[in-house]
Amino acid sequence: MDKPYAITLDAGSSLANKTGAWRTNRPLYVDLLPPCNHACPAGENIQAWLYHAESGDYEAAWRALTQDNPLAAIMGRVCYHPCEGACNRGKLDEAVGINSVERFLGDEAIKRGWKFDAPPAATGKRVLIVGAGPSGLSAAYHLRRFGHHVRIVEAGPFPGGMMRFGIPKYRLPRDVLDAEIKRILDLGVELELDTKVTDILATMRAGKFDAAFLAVGAHIAKRAYIPAGEAAHMLDAVAVLRSMENEDKPMLGRRVVVYGGGNTALDVARTAKRLGASEAIIVYRRTREKMPAHDFEVEEALQEGVLIKWLSTIKNMANEGTLTVEKMALDEKGFPQPTGEFETLEADSLILALGQDVDLSLLEGVPGLAIKEGTVQVAPNMMTGYPGIFAGGDMVPSERTVTVGVGHGKKAARNIHAWLSGADYAPAPKHALATFEKLNPWYYSDAPKTVRPMLELARRTSTFDEVVSGLDETNALFEARRCLSCGNCFECDNCYGVCPDNAVIKLGPGKRFEFNLDYCKGCGICVSECPCGAIKMIPEVV
Amino acid sequence: MEAQIKFYQTGTFTVGNRLLAEDQRTVQADMHRTNSLNSGHRACQGCGEALGARYAIDAAMRATDNKLIAVNATGCLEVFSTPYPETSWQLPWIHSLFGNAAAVASGVAAAQRALGHKGVRVIAQGGDGGTTDIGFGCLSGMFERNDDVLYICYDNEAYMNTGVQRSSATPPAARTATTPAVGPHPGNVFGTGKNVPLIAMAHNIPYVATASVSNLRDLERKVTYAMSIEGARYIHIFVPCPLGWGSAPEDTIKVARLAVETGLYPLFEAHHGEITARTHIRHQVPVTEYLKLQKRFAHLFGKTPDHERIAMIQKMADHNIAKFGLLP
Repeated sequence: MDKPYAITLDAGSSLANKTGAWRTNRPLYVDLLPPCNHACPAGENIQAWLYHAESGDYEAAWRALTQDNPLAAIMGRVCYHPCEGACNRGKLDEAVGINSVERFLGDEAIKRGWKFDAPPAATGKRVLIVGAGPSGLSAAYHLRRFGHHVRIVEAGPFPGGMMRFGIPKYRLPRDVLDAEIKRILDLGVELELDTKVTDILATMRAGKFDAAFLAVGAHIAKRAYIPAGEAAHMLDAVAVLRSMENEDKPMLGRRVVVYGGGNTALDVARTAKRLGASEAIIVYRRTREKMPAHDFEVEEALQEGVLIKWLSTIKNMANEGTLTVEKMALDEKGFPQPTGEFETLEADSLILALGQDVDLSLLEGVPGLAIKEGTVQVAPNMMTGYPGIFAGGDMVPSERTVTVGVGHGKKAARNIHAWLSGADYAPAPKHALATFEKLNPWYYSDAPKTVRPMLELARRTSTFDEVVSGLDETNALFEARRCLSCGNCFECDNCYGVCPDNAVIKLGPGKRFEFNLDYCKGCGICVSECPCGAIKMIPEVV
Repeated sequence: MEAQIKFYQTGTFTVGNRLLAEDQRTVQADMHRTNSLNSGHRACQGCGEALGARYAIDAAMRATDNKLIAVNATGCLEVFSTPYPETSWQLPWIHSLFGNAAAVASGVAAAQRALGHKGVRVIAQGGDGGTTDIGFGCLSGMFERNDDVLYICYDNEAYMNTGVQRSSATPPAARTATTPAVGPHPGNVFGTGKNVPLIAMAHNIPYVATASVSNLRDLERKVTYAMSIEGARYIHIFVPCPLGWGSAPEDTIKVARLAVETGLYPLFEAHHGEITARTHIRHQVPVTEYLKLQKRFAHLFGKTPDHERIAMIQKMADHNIAKFGLLP
């Protein structure tokens, strides 16, 4: 080759110089556990479905969501969303409105008529589920998707359990409930209503079931001894909420007093308001800070005009409806103690909302069971002391929420499937938690949370219309796009862009990146500039 | 300023964004970007100059459809990229002397014109030493003749290649080999140095801009614009030097970002001598956030912090914020 003047060597490329040899630390792509996923009682892969929602592919998002939880539209209304409490975005501005996006996806699925994929070929195994509440339905859904034959036996006249007989309509419209239950039943789940299982072993033998999942819930109202005149109108909250599903609504009168401090107490007080009570007063023996009910429910109830008497207990109820209430005071340990100070309260009816017990009668005669404080004890795999009988939901020790019940159903289904296959279910090891400190939040756009539009106060106190309405497409997309993708690469190209040595190889959409260790000098800029903490440095092994 | 793309998780702050259309993404996000400065160069770990040079030249390559010639002054960028017979440059590239890059570039541009090579554009580039000190006469000449050259200065605030000696771009209080942190006035002297972007503006050339490796989109937009017009153009790019500044290699972009966010390094554009745009500070922070990451300022944070000098540096930042209107 003719060389220009004064040049004797061909120009060589610096690629001959493998600068990777300088390195003492190397970068490594990791996947961490997002705090939302970590906090979800139903084990949803929240970040994964938000990822699809961000690009506007709502069906893919809904399908990713329903891998873990078939009740998206219900969750989006009744879940207490611990995910949002854990969300790292809360440390930046406000948590991502995960729950409202979930509801949007659930509502889209109903609107567009999306169906679950057909179950695989039948395994020939038969599983009995007792109770068609959230836990039983969730278990049925997952077991059916494993290919097992599933039959749900339900004591009540409709499926749904506490979702129907405990949660008022203004929080969960029944058409939503029915649509999501129907979608599960459409997978080929058998449902037998109005049938109370009285002897679980006999029922299993008769139906040739290989395993059973019990999720009968907790429907028996706890009582407190309150001396009362014969004509005193005393009811329990579970019965009142249940009778709301009947033609004849309960007669509560104009002045209603509710005794208790849980979510049920608030639900029943708000229901009484909607039934026309001019006064709905909650009497609770401790303070607001100690109240087990969720804060937003207390807030909504107060806005609707529900009154709450803190630090008070009810001593007796006279025939004409006069309640004697004793004031309490907190002792140094924070427990309420009687003060001996009394006052009276007029009430047309007194509703007790003091918690619920489990009807365990179906388990009589089953050997090996452990019952403690009225609940069935289960192993970490959700199996009771009797092989092949699993239990979950409110009847086992738990927080007693819909979401926990759904999580139990999923977990039990996986373990039942493993048990039926003669194996142990071994969940995949969990990744390390993606804490806020691992992120580089500078890169995230500043965006406030969209406040869910609320029905006007006047309207929601007089009707049973839904209180909180949903997001529309634009603000659901906006919410989804506030997700930080904590701990998992979302292909922002930062590592690819910021490497001074071009040592990051971009593999293309959906394929992420890899390091070219021939040239990576181990400076670590990619680690510090990764917005979501999905890269870490590890020492080179010499 | 380009509109912020809202609600897209990271908007336009990250290099790429899967939610943006291809043509809205940065040059650096492109799988097939030129990598004008190839792998295997001998820059230190975390070199801001290597990064800044690739950002700028890749953007210019795209803007000129790869019809680009680069002229390089002596300095780190030349030494680490081209130890003969190897080179990292993937475009026609020439190095002559420390001080004459602007003059050589003027000549290359004239030669292209004489040869009738339409559309072949010329960039001259150098460090702050080769630009603000040694090459300053040639640079001023290129400006006043309005030669068709984009001059890019990669400013790492000292002579790094020869062992961190002070330049006229070294900031006050910074420790260098020639301004040690000793005596009653440790580090570089306050009230010295020069601001070459403002001097370039005084030549009334068509375009002057400042940019930073921390603000990629801003940088690419400025280079792309500069390549769309003719005449003398000047872009000053802020490039941290982990070795000379005593910052951690992984903090290169963070340090550059803090220089912008404190107001110490204003990002602005000027057309024909008039400032026409500035990039606003997003989250303003005190200068200590910036200074603390660098050992060249460590003497300010001894057992008894040097509040007086820190306050003087904060005053410089506040002055920039007011002068250039850096707050939104």
